[in-house]
Amino acid sequence: MAWTRKILRVNLTKGTCVAEPLNMDWATKYLGQRGLASKYLAEEIDPACDALSPANNLIMATGPLTGTMASTGGRYSVITKSPLTGAIACSNSGGFIGNEIKNAGWDMIIFEGKSPKPVYLYLENDNATLCSADEIWGKSVWETDDILHTKYQDPLLRIAAVGRAAEQGCLYSAVVNDKHRAAGRSGVGTVMASKNLKAVAVRGTKGVGNIRDPQAFIRATVEGKRVLAENAMTGEGLGALGTQALMNVINEVGAMPTRNMREVQFEGASKISGEAMLEPRESDGKANLTTNGACFGCTIACGRISTIDPQHYTIADKPQYAGNSGGLEYEAAWALGSNTGVDDLDALTYANFLCNEDGYDPISFGATVSAAMELFQIGALTTKDTGGLELKFGSAEALTKAAELVAIGEGFGKDLGLGSKRLCDKYGHPELSMTVKGQEFPAYDPRGIQGMGLAYATSNRGACHLRGYTVSSEILGVPVKTDPFATEGKPELVKAFQDATAAVDSAGLCVFTTFAWTLEDIAPQVAAACEGNWTAESMVEAGERIWNLERKFNIDAGLTAADDTLPERLLKDAAKTGPAKGKVNELGKMLPQYYQIRGWTVDGVPTAETLARLSV
Amino acid sequence: MKLTFKLFASLTDLLPKEARDHAIDIDVADNATALDLIDRFRIPRKSAHLVLVNGVYLDPDERGEANLRDGDTIAIWPPVAGG
Ligand code: SF4
Repeated sequence: MAWTRKILRVNLTKGTCVAEPLNMDWATKYLGQRGLASKYLAEEIDPACDALSPANNLIMATGPLTGTMASTGGRYSVITKSPLTGAIACSNSGGFIGNEIKNAGWDMIIFEGKSPKPVYLYLENDNATLCSADEIWGKSVWETDDILHTKYQDPLLRIAAVGRAAEQGCLYSAVVNDKHRAAGRSGVGTVMASKNLKAVAVRGTKGVGNIRDPQAFIRATVEGKRVLAENAMTGEGLGALGTQALMNVINEVGAMPTRNMREVQFEGASKISGEAMLEPRESDGKANLTTNGACFGCTIACGRISTIDPQHYTIADKPQYAGNSGGLEYEAAWALGSNTGVDDLDALTYANFLCNEDGYDPISFGATVSAAMELFQIGALTTKDTGGLELKFGSAEALTKAAELVAIGEGFGKDLGLGSKRLCDKYGHPELSMTVKGQEFPAYDPRGIQGMGLAYATSNRGACHLRGYTVSSEILGVPVKTDPFATEGKPELVKAFQDATAAVDSAGLCVFTTFAWTLEDIAPQVAAACEGNWTAESMVEAGERIWNLERKFNIDAGLTAADDTLPERLLKDAAKTGPAKGKVNELGKMLPQYYQIRGWTVDGVPTAETLARLSV
Repeated sequence: MKLTFKLFASLTDLLPKEARDHAIDIDVADNATALDLIDRFRIPRKSAHLVLVNGVYLDPDERGEANLRDGDTIAIWPPVAGG
């Protein structure tokens, strides 16, 4: 349904589940999902609260197109205050649970407080019940999923859960749904576990309705699917190699963060690339990639389903990992691979399986391991600290052992669960943490892609590629090619990407559609689905409103312009090889102009006029 | 002059069998252009989406110009995306 106009409010402290009407005034301003839930969060919690206290809320939110026939219309997000960054967190996931929440008749679920004992929410249409989690607390996400499916005997039950990593306080824990799709970043799973909420199991059979203009909606979504199918990226490229097509591209352009971002090209990139995932291996003649997969309603199907080489050391005595499961996306392959110097595709696949199985973000995990490897290399960490683990760059064994320890929060896994910033602080070398606002970088070195430096520094959830993916323009030429080494024009480019992405997320769509779609393709779908005057222009304006709302939340949480920066390594140490050789990121040339075009003060604070113009 | 020629993604099948790591060393005339190479390896021109010379983007308007130098690496992708 476009809007069911219903929110489920779950007070975990009191153990109550109450239906309430959706605030339609906010829905017509903030669209849905990321934007609308951020509005609820900003209105309902103190942004300065402790993220892991009962004062924080956690929201599972759908968009107006979630559950409809729009391509990729299965997305949902988890919105809360992040324990990793102290900033607003919004982690987006595909799979099937977003659609299920909508089909059960809900636009959002807001969790408040903290349950006195571990519980899970069982939601079947109007029937919402908090149940004891005694049988699943202490279990992995995969075990939890199996236990609940067996208990309810319903294969169509959709489950989002946290794993043992979150229970043990790993600060970058994810909420994993459908076993291998995740609201992965910023520690949203850690917040869920802190509330003693283990899982949300949903079954919805109400179907799709409430479309404002059904005929126009069918026309607009069919046309949208035609555009996706005819575009070479969304019609072919993403389905064939997935996001992993980028491994060789980004290495070739010299923007591949390598060994804790000391280098910008990885000699082993081709061994862990999308192309390598297609090559038959010696042992059984099969490729790492079994097939591609799609989230609900998606006609792109970028998902990777993989197996590990049956003769690989990681699964020698672990038959549970021998079958198909969620394979490497580019972000995971980079963070687990080039950033740790490991070029063993099967070891990376195994570590990725563990990230899904116990719910922790492979980007933050890989980046934290790589920081630990550098600390180990300079002697700031020794085997005394690591429990005997030889954390050497390039060691697949060290990587996979580290993954096993973080999954269960044992031994040195506790330290690794702190994330790169707190780990480097603890061992006396804060300069080795490659983070912004405490969140680890994704897979693009900003010395070789200047706009990404500004996008990282100003991202409202810390270092992130999905808040303003200027790689699309600077490297891939979509919608227009820009020079990755130029700083001129980048503040405008970053702002345009940030605002448009906020709107796409908030509609309930996957951002990968934007390799083919512009807001001109999306707006007719939204306008036909739901209330509000939705045009490409009004969606950009909503995106800008959302961006400023998130910024205001962060300022109220105590963040300042001083947090809009990059590690010194990226600002002062020039890239050593490749096309970016000799270059640093020129953030200082871009940031003042960015503040200005955003309508913010020189200190990065939205002015009263800007907030009034956007009616934030 | 000698060049290193690389093809990726769905174009890898167009490389000769002796290619390693998606790359092959080739000898070409000193005035060879990127378009000459695209045609020589039977790459449909619309599939040569991303053309990098030593990692730097070569604009479609410049692909017919003799701007390659001895020792260059030229790498070509069909339309690919990611995130
Ligand atoms: S493009 Fe990929 S991530 Fe996006 S909805 Fe489709 S399968 Fe899921």
